[in-house]
Amino acid sequence: MSEAAYDRVKLARSSNRPTGLDYIKNIFRGFIEFHGDRRYADDPAIVGGIASLNGSPVTVIAIEKGHTAKERTLRNFGAPNPEGYRKALRLMKQAEKFGRPIICFIDTSGAYCGIGAEERGQGQAIAENLTEMSTLCVPVISVLIGEGGSGGALALAVADRVWMLQNAVYSVISPEGCASILWKDAAKAQTAAESLKLTAEDAKSLGVIERILSEKDIGQKEFYDRIRTLLIREIDVLTNDLDLVGHRYDRFRNIGVSAVIKE
Amino acid sequence: MALMNFLKPKNKLEEGGRTSAPVQRDAGEPEKSCPNCRKDIPLSRLWANDLVCSCGYHFRMKARNRIRMIADKGSFHELYSGIKADNPLNFPGYKDKIETVRSASGEQEAVVCGTATLGGQKCCLFVMESYFMMGSMGSAVGEKITSLFEYAVQYRLPVIGFTVSGGARMQEGLLSLMQMAKTSAAVRLHSDAGLLYIAVLTDPTTGGVTASFAMEADIILAEPGATVGFAGARVIEQTTKKSLPDGFQKSEFVLEHGFVDSIVSRRDQKRYLAELLKMHGGRAV
Repeated sequence: MSEAAYDRVKLARSSNRPTGLDYIKNIFRGFIEFHGDRRYADDPAIVGGIASLNGSPVTVIAIEKGHTAKERTLRNFGAPNPEGYRKALRLMKQAEKFGRPIICFIDTSGAYCGIGAEERGQGQAIAENLTEMSTLCVPVISVLIGEGGSGGALALAVADRVWMLQNAVYSVISPEGCASILWKDAAKAQTAAESLKLTAEDAKSLGVIERILSEKDIGQKEFYDRIRTLLIREIDVLTNDLDLVGHRYDRFRNIGVSAVIKE
Repeated sequence: MALMNFLKPKNKLEEGGRTSAPVQRDAGEPEKSCPNCRKDIPLSRLWANDLVCSCGYHFRMKARNRIRMIADKGSFHELYSGIKADNPLNFPGYKDKIETVRSASGEQEAVVCGTATLGGQKCCLFVMESYFMMGSMGSAVGEKITSLFEYAVQYRLPVIGFTVSGGARMQEGLLSLMQMAKTSAAVRLHSDAGLLYIAVLTDPTTGGVTASFAMEADIILAEPGATVGFAGARVIEQTTKKSLPDGFQKSEFVLEHGFVDSIVSRRDQKRYLAELLKMHGGRAV
Protein backbone atom coordinates (compact mmCIF):
# COMPACT_ATOMS: atom_id res chain seq x y z
CA MET A 1 0.00 0.00 0.00
CA SER A 2 2.65 2.51 0.98
CA GLU A 3 4.36 2.05 -2.35
CA ALA A 4 1.16 2.78 -4.22
CA ALA A 5 0.88 6.34 -2.89
CA TYR A 6 4.55 7.04 -3.45
CA ASP A 7 4.32 5.59 -6.96
CA ARG A 8 1.65 8.19 -7.63
CA VAL A 9 4.02 10.89 -6.41
CA LYS A 10 6.67 9.65 -8.84
CA LEU A 11 4.14 9.52 -11.68
CA ALA A 12 2.92 13.02 -10.87
CA ARG A 13 6.50 14.29 -11.05
CA SER A 14 7.37 12.43 -14.25
CA SER A 15 8.80 14.65 -16.98
CA ASN A 16 6.84 12.65 -19.57
CA ARG A 17 3.53 14.12 -18.49
CA PRO A 18 1.90 16.94 -20.42
CA THR A 19 2.67 20.32 -18.86
CA GLY A 20 0.47 23.36 -18.38
CA LEU A 21 1.15 24.78 -21.84
CA ASP A 22 0.20 21.45 -23.47
CA TYR A 23 -3.23 21.70 -21.86
CA ILE A 24 -3.63 25.31 -22.95
CA LYS A 25 -2.64 24.59 -26.54
CA ASN A 26 -4.75 21.47 -26.92
CA ILE A 27 -7.93 22.45 -25.09
CA PHE A 28 -8.36 26.08 -26.14
CA ARG A 29 -8.09 28.02 -29.35
CA GLY A 30 -6.19 31.20 -30.06
CA PHE A 31 -4.28 31.51 -26.81
CA ILE A 32 -2.81 34.98 -26.35
CA GLU A 33 -0.23 35.15 -23.59
CA PHE A 34 0.04 38.14 -21.27
CA HIS A 35 3.13 38.78 -19.23
CA GLY A 36 4.14 40.43 -16.01
CA ASP A 37 2.72 41.37 -12.63
CA ARG A 38 3.09 45.15 -13.27
CA ARG A 39 5.03 45.39 -10.03
CA TYR A 40 8.32 43.65 -10.38
CA ALA A 41 8.79 41.07 -13.14
CA ASP A 42 7.37 38.39 -15.36
CA ASP A 43 7.59 34.94 -13.83
CA PRO A 44 8.10 32.27 -16.50
CA ALA A 45 6.91 29.58 -14.04
CA ILE A 46 3.36 30.85 -14.51
CA VAL A 47 1.82 31.30 -17.94
CA GLY A 48 -1.42 33.21 -18.39
CA GLY A 49 -3.60 34.90 -20.92
CA ILE A 50 -6.87 34.67 -22.77
CA ALA A 51 -8.14 32.03 -25.13
CA SER A 52 -11.32 30.79 -26.68
CA LEU A 53 -13.32 27.88 -25.29
CA ASN A 54 -16.32 26.78 -27.34
CA GLY A 55 -16.28 30.19 -29.00
CA SER A 56 -16.26 32.18 -25.75
CA PRO A 57 -13.33 34.02 -24.21
CA VAL A 58 -11.83 32.59 -21.01
CA THR A 59 -8.80 33.45 -18.92
CA VAL A 60 -6.35 30.59 -18.61
CA ILE A 61 -3.49 30.39 -16.14
CA ALA A 62 -1.04 27.52 -15.84
CA ILE A 63 2.01 26.66 -13.84
CA GLU A 64 4.52 25.49 -16.43
CA LYS A 65 7.38 23.11 -15.65
CA GLY A 66 8.78 22.74 -19.17
CA HIS A 67 9.83 19.52 -20.92
CA THR A 68 13.51 19.82 -21.87
CA ALA A 69 16.31 20.61 -19.44
CA LYS A 70 16.57 24.07 -20.95
CA GLU A 71 12.85 24.71 -20.64
CA ARG A 72 12.75 23.41 -17.11
CA THR A 73 15.53 25.76 -16.07
CA LEU A 74 13.78 28.68 -17.76
CA ARG A 75 10.54 27.78 -15.96
CA ASN A 76 12.32 27.38 -12.62
CA PHE A 77 11.01 23.80 -12.57
CA GLY A 78 7.50 25.13 -12.10
CA ALA A 79 8.28 26.77 -8.77
CA PRO A 80 6.66 30.23 -8.91
CA ASN A 81 8.01 33.36 -7.31
CA PRO A 82 5.72 35.99 -5.74
CA GLU A 83 5.54 37.85 -9.08
CA GLY A 84 4.06 34.72 -10.65
CA TYR A 85 1.21 34.65 -8.15
CA ARG A 86 0.75 38.40 -8.57
CA LYS A 87 0.60 38.02 -12.36
CA ALA A 88 -1.99 35.29 -11.94
CA LEU A 89 -4.04 37.52 -9.66
CA ARG A 90 -3.78 40.43 -12.08
CA LEU A 91 -5.14 38.23 -14.84
CA MET A 92 -7.90 36.90 -12.61
CA LYS A 93 -9.03 40.41 -11.68
CA GLN A 94 -8.95 41.25 -15.38
CA ALA A 95 -11.12 38.21 -16.08
CA GLU A 96 -13.56 39.38 -13.43
CA LYS A 97 -13.73 42.84 -14.99
CA PHE A 98 -14.60 41.42 -18.39
CA GLY A 99 -16.82 38.63 -17.11
CA ARG A 100 -14.62 35.78 -18.31
CA PRO A 101 -14.49 32.41 -16.57
CA ILE A 102 -11.07 31.42 -15.22
CA ILE A 103 -9.39 28.06 -15.70
CA CYS A 104 -6.16 27.23 -13.86
CA PHE A 105 -3.82 24.30 -14.47
CA ILE A 106 -1.62 23.49 -11.51
CA ASP A 107 1.63 21.59 -11.49
CA THR A 108 4.22 22.59 -8.92
CA SER A 109 6.36 21.06 -6.24
CA GLY A 110 5.63 24.27 -4.34
CA ALA A 111 6.16 28.01 -4.30
CA TYR A 112 9.87 28.76 -4.78
CA CYS A 113 11.98 28.72 -1.63
CA GLY A 114 14.49 31.48 -2.31
CA ILE A 115 15.96 34.57 -0.74
CA GLY A 116 14.40 36.88 -3.32
CA ALA A 117 11.05 35.13 -2.99
CA GLU A 118 11.06 35.87 0.75
CA GLU A 119 12.23 39.45 0.21
CA ARG A 120 9.36 40.02 -2.19
CA GLY A 121 6.78 38.44 0.12
CA GLN A 122 6.04 34.91 -1.03
CA GLY A 123 3.69 34.41 1.90
CA GLN A 124 1.90 37.70 1.30
CA ALA A 125 1.51 36.95 -2.42
CA ILE A 126 -0.09 33.57 -1.74
CA ALA A 127 -2.28 35.00 1.03
CA GLU A 128 -3.55 37.76 -1.24
CA ASN A 129 -4.52 35.23 -3.91
CA LEU A 130 -6.46 33.22 -1.33
CA THR A 131 -8.50 36.20 -0.15
CA GLU A 132 -9.03 37.67 -3.61
CA MET A 133 -9.98 34.38 -5.26
CA SER A 134 -12.54 33.73 -2.53
CA THR A 135 -14.73 36.56 -3.84
CA LEU A 136 -14.12 36.56 -7.62
CA CYS A 137 -17.48 37.06 -9.30
CA VAL A 138 -16.72 34.77 -12.25
CA PRO A 139 -16.55 30.96 -12.37
CA VAL A 140 -13.17 29.49 -11.44
CA ILE A 141 -12.15 25.91 -12.23
CA SER A 142 -8.74 24.63 -11.15
CA VAL A 143 -7.26 21.41 -12.48
CA LEU A 144 -4.32 19.73 -10.78
CA ILE A 145 -2.42 18.09 -13.60
CA GLY A 146 0.72 16.87 -11.82
CA GLU A 147 2.10 17.99 -8.48
CA GLY A 148 -0.12 20.00 -6.17
CA GLY A 149 2.54 21.28 -3.81
CA SER A 150 1.01 22.96 -0.77
CA GLY A 151 0.35 26.70 -0.60
CA GLY A 152 2.07 27.18 -3.94
CA ALA A 153 -0.67 25.10 -5.56
CA LEU A 154 -3.54 26.36 -3.40
CA ALA A 155 -2.72 29.93 -4.48
CA LEU A 156 -4.37 29.05 -7.82
CA ALA A 157 -6.97 26.65 -6.45
CA VAL A 158 -9.50 28.66 -4.45
CA ALA A 159 -11.99 27.64 -7.11
CA ASP A 160 -15.63 26.66 -7.53
CA ARG A 161 -14.53 23.29 -8.81
CA VAL A 162 -11.21 21.60 -8.23
CA TRP A 163 -10.38 18.59 -10.38
CA MET A 164 -7.41 16.27 -10.35
CA LEU A 165 -5.85 14.06 -12.94
CA GLN A 166 -5.95 10.43 -11.87
CA ASN A 167 -2.22 10.41 -11.11
CA ALA A 168 -1.86 13.94 -9.86
CA VAL A 169 -1.11 14.44 -6.16
CA TYR A 170 -2.16 17.24 -3.81
CA SER A 171 -0.41 17.63 -0.50
CA VAL A 172 0.33 19.98 2.35
CA ILE A 173 4.01 18.97 2.24
CA SER A 174 6.20 16.73 0.08
CA PRO A 175 6.45 13.16 1.43
CA GLU A 176 10.22 13.63 1.71
CA GLY A 177 9.81 16.84 3.69
CA CYS A 178 7.23 15.26 5.96
CA ALA A 179 9.40 12.20 6.59
CA SER A 180 12.48 14.24 7.38
CA ILE A 181 10.62 16.54 9.78
CA LEU A 182 8.58 13.89 11.58
CA TRP A 183 10.89 10.90 11.49
CA LYS A 184 14.22 12.59 10.68
CA ASP A 185 14.50 10.19 7.77
CA ALA A 186 13.72 11.21 4.19
CA ALA A 187 13.83 7.51 3.26
CA LYS A 188 10.49 7.09 5.02
CA ALA A 189 8.88 9.08 2.21
CA GLN A 190 6.82 6.06 1.21
CA THR A 191 5.17 5.87 4.61
CA ALA A 192 4.68 9.63 4.58
CA ALA A 193 3.12 9.53 1.11
CA GLU A 194 0.65 6.94 2.28
CA SER A 195 -0.13 8.76 5.54
CA LEU A 196 -0.61 12.19 3.95
CA LYS A 197 -3.57 10.97 1.84
CA LEU A 198 -2.40 12.85 -1.21
CA THR A 199 -3.83 10.85 -4.11
CA ALA A 200 -6.77 11.99 -6.22
CA GLU A 201 -8.98 9.35 -4.60
CA ASP A 202 -7.98 10.55 -1.13
CA ALA A 203 -8.59 14.19 -2.04
CA LYS A 204 -12.03 13.31 -3.37
CA SER A 205 -13.00 11.34 -0.29
CA LEU A 206 -11.83 14.23 1.92
CA GLY A 207 -14.14 16.56 -0.01
CA VAL A 208 -11.24 18.63 -1.31
CA ILE A 209 -11.91 17.98 -5.01
CA GLU A 210 -15.05 17.31 -7.06
CA ARG A 211 -13.78 15.20 -9.90
CA ILE A 212 -11.02 12.79 -10.91
CA LEU A 213 -10.02 13.00 -14.56
CA SER A 214 -9.09 9.75 -16.25
CA GLU A 215 -5.62 9.57 -17.80
CA LYS A 216 -6.73 7.25 -20.59
CA ASP A 217 -4.99 8.40 -23.80
CA ILE A 218 -3.14 11.07 -21.84
CA GLY A 219 -1.60 13.62 -24.17
CA GLN A 220 -3.76 12.45 -27.10
CA LYS A 221 -6.56 14.35 -28.81
CA GLU A 222 -9.26 12.23 -27.10
CA PHE A 223 -7.83 13.10 -23.69
CA TYR A 224 -7.94 16.85 -24.27
CA ASP A 225 -11.35 16.64 -25.98
CA ARG A 226 -12.77 14.96 -22.91
CA ILE A 227 -11.46 17.67 -20.59
CA ARG A 228 -12.70 20.40 -22.94
CA THR A 229 -16.21 18.92 -22.91
CA LEU A 230 -16.22 18.74 -19.12
CA LEU A 231 -14.99 22.33 -18.80
CA ILE A 232 -17.65 23.64 -21.18
CA ARG A 233 -20.39 21.83 -19.32
CA GLU A 234 -19.20 22.92 -15.88
CA ILE A 235 -18.72 26.56 -16.86
CA ASP A 236 -22.28 26.52 -18.12
CA VAL A 237 -23.49 25.25 -14.73
CA LEU A 238 -21.40 27.80 -12.81
CA THR A 239 -22.38 30.71 -15.03
CA ASN A 240 -25.99 30.06 -14.04
CA ASP A 241 -25.22 29.95 -10.33
CA LEU A 242 -26.78 33.07 -8.85
CA ASP A 243 -24.83 32.69 -5.61
CA LEU A 244 -21.46 31.70 -7.00
CA VAL A 245 -19.37 33.49 -4.36
CA GLY A 246 -21.56 32.23 -1.52
CA HIS A 247 -21.25 28.67 -2.71
CA ARG A 248 -17.49 29.03 -3.07
CA TYR A 249 -17.35 30.29 0.52
CA ASP A 250 -19.35 27.30 1.71
CA ARG A 251 -17.24 24.92 -0.33
CA PHE A 252 -14.12 25.81 1.66
CA ARG A 253 -15.98 26.67 4.86
CA ASN A 254 -17.16 23.09 5.23
CA ILE A 255 -13.80 21.40 4.69
CA GLY A 256 -12.51 19.92 7.91
CA VAL A 257 -15.67 20.66 9.92
CA SER A 258 -16.29 16.97 10.48
CA ALA A 259 -12.58 16.38 11.11
CA VAL A 260 -12.69 18.06 14.53
CA ILE A 261 -14.11 17.15 17.90
CA LYS A 262 -16.72 19.59 19.19
CA GLU A 263 -17.43 19.30 22.87
CA MET B 1 -0.53 63.57 19.56
CA ALA B 2 -1.49 60.73 21.77
CA LEU B 3 -0.31 58.35 19.11
CA MET B 4 3.04 60.07 18.86
CA ASN B 5 3.58 59.91 22.59
CA PHE B 6 2.99 56.29 23.01
CA LEU B 7 5.08 55.45 19.97
CA LYS B 8 8.15 56.62 21.85
CA PRO B 9 9.90 53.60 23.19
CA LYS B 10 9.22 53.22 26.86
CA ASN B 11 11.95 51.21 28.35
CA LYS B 12 11.17 50.35 31.91
CA LEU B 13 14.80 49.56 32.50
CA GLU B 14 16.05 52.92 31.29
CA GLU B 15 13.34 54.80 33.10
CA GLY B 16 14.14 53.21 36.38
CA GLY B 17 10.99 51.17 36.42
CA ARG B 18 10.40 48.21 38.60
CA THR B 19 12.60 45.93 36.54
CA SER B 20 15.71 48.08 36.71
CA ALA B 21 15.96 48.01 40.48
CA PRO B 22 18.59 45.62 41.73
CA VAL B 23 16.69 42.49 42.45
CA GLN B 24 17.10 40.86 45.81
CA ARG B 25 17.94 37.40 44.72
CA ASP B 26 17.18 34.40 46.80
CA ALA B 27 19.88 31.88 46.54
CA GLY B 28 18.69 29.38 44.01
CA GLU B 29 16.04 31.53 42.41
CA PRO B 30 15.41 30.04 38.99
CA GLU B 31 17.00 31.89 36.13
CA LYS B 32 16.66 31.82 32.41
CA SER B 33 19.51 32.37 30.03
CA CYS B 34 18.92 34.94 27.31
CA PRO B 35 19.82 33.54 23.90
CA ASN B 36 20.64 37.05 22.70
CA CYS B 37 22.82 38.64 25.42
CA ARG B 38 23.67 35.36 27.17
CA LYS B 39 22.93 36.85 30.59
CA ASP B 40 21.16 34.80 33.19
CA ILE B 41 18.00 36.57 34.26
CA PRO B 42 16.02 35.71 37.38
CA LEU B 43 12.59 34.47 36.33
CA SER B 44 10.82 36.93 38.62
CA ARG B 45 12.44 39.83 36.86
CA LEU B 46 11.65 38.36 33.45
CA TRP B 47 8.01 37.95 34.41
CA ALA B 48 7.85 41.49 35.72
CA ASN B 49 8.97 42.61 32.29
CA ASP B 50 6.50 40.55 30.21
CA LEU B 51 9.19 38.04 29.34
CA VAL B 52 11.40 40.61 27.67
CA CYS B 53 15.11 40.66 28.53
CA SER B 54 16.82 43.97 29.32
CA CYS B 55 18.62 43.58 25.97
CA GLY B 56 15.24 43.64 24.22
CA TYR B 57 15.03 39.95 23.45
CA HIS B 58 11.42 38.74 23.48
CA PHE B 59 11.00 35.29 24.96
CA ARG B 60 8.10 33.19 23.72
CA MET B 61 4.96 33.64 25.74
CA LYS B 62 2.10 31.26 26.30
CA ALA B 63 -1.23 32.26 24.81
CA ARG B 64 -3.01 32.64 28.17
CA ASN B 65 -0.24 34.85 29.55
CA ARG B 66 -0.44 36.99 26.48
CA ILE B 67 -4.19 37.34 26.89
CA ARG B 68 -3.64 38.41 30.51
CA MET B 69 -1.12 40.95 29.28
CA ILE B 70 -3.27 42.36 26.46
CA ALA B 71 -6.91 42.15 27.55
CA ASP B 72 -8.46 44.35 30.22
CA LYS B 73 -8.51 42.49 33.50
CA GLY B 74 -11.23 39.88 33.61
CA SER B 75 -12.64 40.90 30.22
CA PHE B 76 -11.68 37.82 28.24
CA HIS B 77 -14.51 35.44 27.40
CA GLU B 78 -13.33 32.35 25.64
CA LEU B 79 -15.14 31.03 22.56
CA TYR B 80 -14.93 27.63 20.86
CA SER B 81 -12.84 26.06 23.62
CA GLY B 82 -14.50 22.71 22.87
CA ILE B 83 -13.24 22.54 19.27
CA LYS B 84 -10.15 20.37 19.05
CA ALA B 85 -8.27 18.10 16.72
CA ASP B 86 -9.29 14.57 16.00
CA ASN B 87 -7.15 12.29 13.87
CA PRO B 88 -9.03 12.47 10.56
CA LEU B 89 -6.37 10.74 8.46
CA ASN B 90 -5.39 8.19 11.12
CA PHE B 91 -1.93 9.64 10.77
CA PRO B 92 0.69 7.47 12.51
CA GLY B 93 1.65 8.81 15.93
CA TYR B 94 -0.66 11.84 15.76
CA LYS B 95 -3.11 10.70 18.43
CA ASP B 96 -0.36 10.04 20.96
CA LYS B 97 1.45 13.23 20.05
CA ILE B 98 -1.63 15.33 20.57
CA GLU B 99 -2.44 13.67 23.90
CA THR B 100 1.08 14.37 25.12
CA VAL B 101 0.96 17.98 23.94
CA ARG B 102 -2.44 18.51 25.55
CA SER B 103 -1.29 17.40 28.95
CA ALA B 104 2.05 19.22 28.71
CA SER B 105 0.61 22.54 27.49
CA GLY B 106 -2.72 22.50 29.29
CA GLU B 107 -4.33 23.59 26.02
CA GLN B 108 -6.67 21.60 23.82
CA GLU B 109 -5.57 23.30 20.63
CA ALA B 110 -2.99 25.64 19.10
CA VAL B 111 -5.16 28.75 19.27
CA VAL B 112 -7.21 30.41 22.00
CA CYS B 113 -10.16 32.51 20.76
CA GLY B 114 -12.60 34.81 22.44
CA THR B 115 -13.83 38.32 23.04
CA ALA B 116 -12.18 40.90 25.27
CA THR B 117 -11.92 44.58 25.87
CA LEU B 118 -8.73 46.58 25.36
CA GLY B 119 -8.78 49.96 27.01
CA GLY B 120 -12.53 49.47 27.33
CA GLN B 121 -13.08 48.70 23.65
CA LYS B 122 -14.57 45.38 22.69
CA CYS B 123 -12.91 43.15 20.13
CA CYS B 124 -12.48 39.55 19.10
CA LEU B 125 -9.11 38.17 20.05
CA PHE B 126 -7.21 35.09 18.95
CA VAL B 127 -3.83 34.10 20.26
CA MET B 128 -1.93 31.16 18.86
CA GLU B 129 -0.03 28.84 21.18
CA SER B 130 3.60 28.05 20.44
CA TYR B 131 3.61 25.38 23.13
CA PHE B 132 1.00 23.39 21.20
CA MET B 133 2.75 21.73 18.24
CA MET B 134 4.39 25.08 17.47
CA GLY B 135 1.07 26.68 16.67
CA SER B 136 0.51 24.43 13.70
CA MET B 137 -2.79 24.89 11.86
CA GLY B 138 -4.99 21.86 11.47
CA SER B 139 -8.75 21.62 10.99
CA ALA B 140 -9.52 22.72 14.56
CA VAL B 141 -7.34 25.85 14.40
CA GLY B 142 -8.88 26.71 11.02
CA GLU B 143 -12.38 26.12 12.32
CA LYS B 144 -11.83 28.22 15.46
CA ILE B 145 -10.31 31.17 13.61
CA THR B 146 -12.93 31.04 10.85
CA SER B 147 -15.71 30.91 13.43
CA LEU B 148 -14.19 33.88 15.27
CA PHE B 149 -14.14 36.04 12.12
CA GLU B 150 -17.74 35.03 11.40
CA TYR B 151 -18.69 35.93 14.97
CA ALA B 152 -16.93 39.28 14.52
CA VAL B 153 -18.96 39.92 11.36
CA GLN B 154 -22.19 39.05 13.16
CA TYR B 155 -21.47 41.35 16.11
CA ARG B 156 -19.55 43.94 14.07
CA LEU B 157 -16.36 43.68 16.06
CA PRO B 158 -12.73 44.24 15.15
CA VAL B 159 -10.38 41.25 15.34
CA ILE B 160 -6.94 41.27 16.90
CA GLY B 161 -4.86 38.16 16.27
CA PHE B 162 -1.46 37.13 17.62
CA THR B 163 0.16 34.62 15.31
CA VAL B 164 2.83 32.08 16.07
CA SER B 165 3.08 29.05 13.86
CA GLY B 166 5.36 26.62 12.14
CA GLY B 167 2.71 26.39 9.41
CA ALA B 168 0.06 23.91 8.42
CA ARG B 169 -0.20 20.76 10.53
CA MET B 170 1.10 17.94 8.35
CA GLN B 171 -0.66 15.24 10.33
CA GLU B 172 -3.98 16.43 8.91
CA GLY B 173 -2.67 16.56 5.35
CA LEU B 174 -4.84 18.31 2.79
CA LEU B 175 -7.40 19.23 5.42
CA SER B 176 -4.77 21.48 7.02
CA LEU B 177 -3.88 23.03 3.68
CA MET B 178 -7.53 23.85 3.04
CA GLN B 179 -7.70 25.79 6.32
CA MET B 180 -5.57 28.43 4.63
CA ALA B 181 -8.31 29.00 2.05
CA LYS B 182 -11.06 28.74 4.64
CA THR B 183 -9.59 31.26 7.08
CA SER B 184 -8.68 33.60 4.20
CA ALA B 185 -12.26 33.61 2.93
CA ALA B 186 -13.47 34.43 6.46
CA VAL B 187 -10.95 37.28 6.75
CA ARG B 188 -12.28 38.59 3.45
CA LEU B 189 -15.87 38.36 4.66
CA HIS B 190 -14.90 40.38 7.74
CA SER B 191 -12.97 42.89 5.66
CA ASP B 192 -15.84 43.34 3.19
CA ALA B 193 -18.07 44.13 6.17
CA GLY B 194 -15.84 47.17 6.76
CA LEU B 195 -14.34 45.80 9.95
CA LEU B 196 -10.81 46.14 11.28
CA TYR B 197 -8.37 43.24 11.59
CA ILE B 198 -4.97 43.71 13.20
CA ALA B 199 -2.41 40.92 13.18
CA VAL B 200 0.57 40.83 15.53
CA LEU B 201 3.23 38.46 14.24
CA THR B 202 5.27 36.82 16.96
CA ASP B 203 8.18 34.42 16.85
CA PRO B 204 7.95 32.38 14.66
CA THR B 205 5.23 33.08 12.09
CA THR B 206 5.92 30.93 9.07
CA GLY B 207 4.54 28.67 6.37
CA GLY B 208 0.82 28.36 5.81
CA VAL B 209 -0.09 30.88 8.49
CA THR B 210 2.15 33.55 6.92
CA ALA B 211 0.63 32.60 3.56
CA SER B 212 -2.87 33.15 4.90
CA PHE B 213 -4.38 35.13 7.77
CA ALA B 214 -1.11 36.52 9.19
CA MET B 215 -0.52 38.55 6.01
CA GLU B 216 -4.14 39.48 5.38
CA ALA B 217 -4.71 42.01 8.14
CA ASP B 218 -5.46 45.70 7.59
CA ILE B 219 -2.63 46.50 9.97
CA ILE B 220 0.23 44.06 10.44
CA LEU B 221 2.51 44.47 13.45
CA ALA B 222 5.41 42.31 14.53
CA GLU B 223 7.36 41.75 17.72
CA PRO B 224 11.06 42.68 17.63
CA GLY B 225 13.32 39.91 16.41
CA ALA B 226 10.49 37.56 15.45
CA THR B 227 11.10 35.18 12.56
CA VAL B 228 8.51 35.95 9.90
CA GLY B 229 8.62 34.15 6.58
CA PHE B 230 7.13 31.60 4.27
CA ALA B 231 9.79 28.96 3.70
CA GLY B 232 12.10 27.72 6.44
CA ALA B 233 15.60 29.21 6.41
CA ARG B 234 17.26 25.80 6.24
CA VAL B 235 15.14 24.76 3.26
CA ILE B 236 16.06 27.98 1.46
CA GLU B 237 19.75 27.40 2.14
CA GLN B 238 19.50 23.85 0.83
CA THR B 239 17.50 24.90 -2.24
CA THR B 240 19.60 27.87 -3.26
CA LYS B 241 22.99 26.79 -1.90
CA LYS B 242 23.51 30.39 -0.87
CA SER B 243 24.24 31.76 2.56
CA LEU B 244 21.42 33.85 3.93
CA PRO B 245 21.81 37.59 4.54
CA ASP B 246 22.13 38.87 8.11
CA GLY B 247 18.84 39.17 9.90
CA PHE B 248 17.08 37.21 7.14
CA GLN B 249 13.36 36.75 7.91
CA LYS B 250 13.59 38.71 11.14
CA SER B 251 10.74 41.17 11.65
CA GLU B 252 13.13 44.09 11.03
CA PHE B 253 14.01 42.55 7.64
CA VAL B 254 10.34 42.03 6.84
CA LEU B 255 9.60 45.65 7.81
CA GLU B 256 12.40 46.87 5.56
CA HIS B 257 10.92 44.91 2.66
CA GLY B 258 7.50 46.43 3.19
CA PHE B 259 5.44 43.57 4.58
CA VAL B 260 4.64 44.79 8.08
CA ASP B 261 3.42 48.18 9.25
CA SER B 262 5.44 48.48 12.39
CA ILE B 263 7.47 46.62 14.97
CA VAL B 264 5.99 47.04 18.42
CA SER B 265 7.71 45.74 21.49
CA ARG B 266 5.65 43.78 23.94
CA ARG B 267 5.47 46.42 26.61
CA ASP B 268 3.93 48.91 24.15
CA GLN B 269 1.45 46.56 22.52
CA LYS B 270 -1.57 47.09 24.70
CA ARG B 271 -1.51 50.87 24.45
CA TYR B 272 -0.73 50.67 20.75
CA LEU B 273 -3.59 48.27 20.00
CA ALA B 274 -6.05 50.19 22.16
CA GLU B 275 -5.13 53.37 20.32
CA LEU B 276 -5.63 51.71 16.95
CA LEU B 277 -9.03 50.38 18.03
CA LYS B 278 -9.99 53.85 19.20
CA MET B 279 -8.96 55.40 15.89
CA HIS B 280 -11.16 52.92 14.07
CA GLY B 281 -14.23 53.77 16.06
CA GLY B 282 -13.96 51.06 18.66
CA ARG B 283 -17.05 51.05 20.79
CA ALA B 284 -16.75 51.49 24.49
CA VAL B 285 -18.69 48.86 26.39
